Amino acid sequence: MQRIGVFVCWCGSNIAGTVDVAAVAEALSHEPGVVYSTNYQYMCSEAGQNIIKDAIKEQQLTGVVICSCSPRMHEATFRKTAAAAGLNPYMVEIANIREQCSWIHKDMPTATEKAIILGRAAIAKVQLNAPLIAGESPVTKRALVIGGGIAGIQTALDIAEAGFEVDIVEKQPTIGGKMTQLDKTFPTLDCAACILTPKMVDCAQNENINIFAYSEVQEVKGFVGNFTAKIKKKARFVDPNKCTGCGECTEKCPMKKIPNEFNLGMDNRRAIYIPFAQAVPKIATIDPDHCNMLKNGKCGLCAKVCGAGAIDYKQKDEIVERQYGAIVVATGYNPIKLDKFDEFGYSLSPDVVTSLEFERLTNAAGPTSGTLLRPSDGKHPHTLVFVQCVGSRDTSGCGKPYCSKICCMYTAKHAMLVREKYPDTEVYVFYIDVRTPGKNFDEFYRRAVEEYGVHYIKGMVGKVAPRADGKLMVQASDLISNEQLHIEADMVVLAAAIEPDKTARSLGTMLTASMDTNDFFTEAHPKLRPVESPTAGIFLSGVCQGPKDIPETVSQASAAAAKVIGLLAKNKLTGNPCVATSDEMMCNGCSSCEKVCPYGAITYQDKEFRMPDRTVAIRRVASVNEAVCQGCGACTVACPSGAMDLKGFSNSQIMAEVDAICKM
Amino acid sequence: MIFSYYPGCTLKNKAQDLDRYARLSAEALGFTLEELDEWQCCGGAYSMAKDEIASKLSSVRALNSAKAQGRDLVTLCSACHNVLKQANADMAGDAEFSLHANNYMQLDEPYHGETKVLHYLEVLRDVVGFDALKAAVKNPLTGKKVASYYGCLLLRPGKVMQMDNPENPQIMEDFIRALGATPVLYPYRNECCGGYIAMEDPALAQKKSTAVMESAADMQADCMVTACPLCLYNLQKNAVTNSQVPVLYFTELLAEALGVKG
Repeated sequence: MQRIGVFVCWCGSNIAGTVDVAAVAEALSHEPGVVYSTNYQYMCSEAGQNIIKDAIKEQQLTGVVICSCSPRMHEATFRKTAAAAGLNPYMVEIANIREQCSWIHKDMPTATEKAIILGRAAIAKVQLNAPLIAGESPVTKRALVIGGGIAGIQTALDIAEAGFEVDIVEKQPTIGGKMTQLDKTFPTLDCAACILTPKMVDCAQNENINIFAYSEVQEVKGFVGNFTAKIKKKARFVDPNKCTGCGECTEKCPMKKIPNEFNLGMDNRRAIYIPFAQAVPKIATIDPDHCNMLKNGKCGLCAKVCGAGAIDYKQKDEIVERQYGAIVVATGYNPIKLDKFDEFGYSLSPDVVTSLEFERLTNAAGPTSGTLLRPSDGKHPHTLVFVQCVGSRDTSGCGKPYCSKICCMYTAKHAMLVREKYPDTEVYVFYIDVRTPGKNFDEFYRRAVEEYGVHYIKGMVGKVAPRADGKLMVQASDLISNEQLHIEADMVVLAAAIEPDKTARSLGTMLTASMDTNDFFTEAHPKLRPVESPTAGIFLSGVCQGPKDIPETVSQASAAAAKVIGLLAKNKLTGNPCVATSDEMMCNGCSSCEKVCPYGAITYQDKEFRMPDRTVAIRRVASVNEAVCQGCGACTVACPSGAMDLKGFSNSQIMAEVDAICKM
Repeated sequence: MIFSYYPGCTLKNKAQDLDRYARLSAEALGFTLEELDEWQCCGGAYSMAKDEIASKLSSVRALNSAKAQGRDLVTLCSACHNVLKQANADMAGDAEFSLHANNYMQLDEPYHGETKVLHYLEVLRDVVGFDALKAAVKNPLTGKKVASYYGCLLLRPGKVMQMDNPENPQIMEDFIRALGATPVLYPYRNECCGGYIAMEDPALAQKKSTAVMESAADMQADCMVTACPLCLYNLQKNAVTNSQVPVLYFTELLAEALGVKG
């Protein structure tokens, strides 16, 4: 029989407000095996932990039950407490009477009764607990960063700076991400390229960083400290070691009318191209969908003009397998498609543009060389209307329910820059709310209004109607003066909501990293562990976790790097001892467990067994590689003979819990 | 193929053209519209009143008759189409409304929205097919620039009408193309013409209908087509404009192209 101590936490009023904690402690003191039972205001505090330690020593406890918050919150804390008092940490069980009890019930008698039942179940389980000792596994001292935008770049640079190797995998031909397409950056208005391109070059030159551009992560296996990833290097049809990035081929290629992704289709590129002058790596890429040579074997002009002999029409995709200790997701975002917002006339007029397109139209490297011209006729626009929250904070189901967070600031930037460069323009901004928290952000917005005379109007645009003469009739409501406005505009700029990149969902599945309903990656704790995924060894950087501007993205990127460095600095990781184990006497060798194991932790081997009739038989039985097993329990459910069991969560322990709950 | 057909009151007096050309064209395209026996007004004029059960009962009666015939129910008027689909959705999805309505109706077997309601344009698109329609055209309207006018009721609410994207619809444009004519895209094609408030606020109705007419004229339309008798009336009578864009029922253009206009 165990000697069990029960510790009921008030969690201030979080638990005690709905659960009669003294009654719970009293009721549980009568359970079999319980020799000590108490309650305290904050069990996780130092004083609370001391109560536990003292009780373990004084009462010679062999098992501990803490009735408190979710084990995800403080299981590790209390296990450390027990270990400090000389008790095996796996002799501690948590009864979650906060998230699963006090927070969801209003009525005190009901919540108290449920808390007692949950405590009783934990006591029944701890009766059957056995001390467990965690194994150790080595750490591969290299990190994988998926996504080469500003988030991935910053994370990689910081990890590399600490002396660890980093691979950046970027699906585009160059790193740099969305920031390469921006003109100026708020709130200081420094040019995006001027602050980003040096960092891109740093990545290329840092000997600890390998850039896999034009590549995709195809498969990830393993666990924290020991991941194996397969990276597909897509064929560029150009030898990266020979190409000098001179660009001769991109001028001679006869396929001239391919929409240029970098300028969002507002101008054209060739079938062989370098996305932009500062691309890293600066290597040409052949677009196989448009290259005549690759499609029908006729042309070959680029190979003729290439002085370096770098063109290789026979190049194939290549798969590289690499080991990593940690993985950082930095997959970023895209503006949403506007096909559900046709009231703004985006599909009807080329002069209705998204904010990202507007960035290109004002960028010196853009399709108009930085002069703001209307896409339809190349004329100078005099009246511009900016519409905020196009698809953000949308409850109709056409857009996204969340605030995209960056639009208020970049719209203020656009409006201000237009007024500064073209004082003959009238600029209107329609908004639901102007949200500008952040260092020097509100001051920036006020400058747009007060110094640059941008007309900020609270209200939404209902209709943008293109007229035959090219004017855009903007119909909107002014909620403050309660008027309908009709503005004859030359250009309308839509601040489209942002959404996670489409690759995030499949990547999330591959990494078993959880996501929310909007496909943003979920952090391990929204406040206290914001850059870690709940899956050990997976870290989050940038907009893949939630909308962010550049300063915030860079902060989070460095935070993720710090977490990765902390992990890679360790030589060994303590594993989870709650792993599967097979009772060889009961195993019938059916392979059911091997088939369901997502980690490949189960193998079969032939073993000699002494049979009851004193003969020796050779039987095929399962064995678990404890270093690889993650303790998911799938095999214990699949096993038809009951040979598989999970340490710390054995079938008998779970049945004991169920019995305790059902006992009246 | 035979469809149950709900013409609605207006098609029996002011909008007889909408009805007549639709029936002639249907025969030419190989399907028949068989008018329901003893149908009553759909209650369209009251459809905005949310708590009004009685006003929707005649729609439920029509839907149930089609169910008894085992056919899909086809209608033409935008307002009838709107009310029939909304009443049908309520019968299928709003348990309280359905219970009340069934209690009033005292049918042999309760009605729960089993009938499929189709607008005539949906029959052309989904049953006949615009390619088959194109092939059946005898007098292609080549060179004619036609502006479709959807109005507010035909497509909205989008979730219930399930016909096309209310903000950027294509069905009438595809129809116009099938007839050999050229669709004219203009931004006010899916805005309200103000017909519903013509009695209460004639000035607003005039402003709204004028905006629609001028927008179509601005984009060089030769004519406008609609499925809604109220829109047609309002655009013809209340819009104040110098443009001379005639407004027709879409079925008239269809009958002309099929060579059955007579």
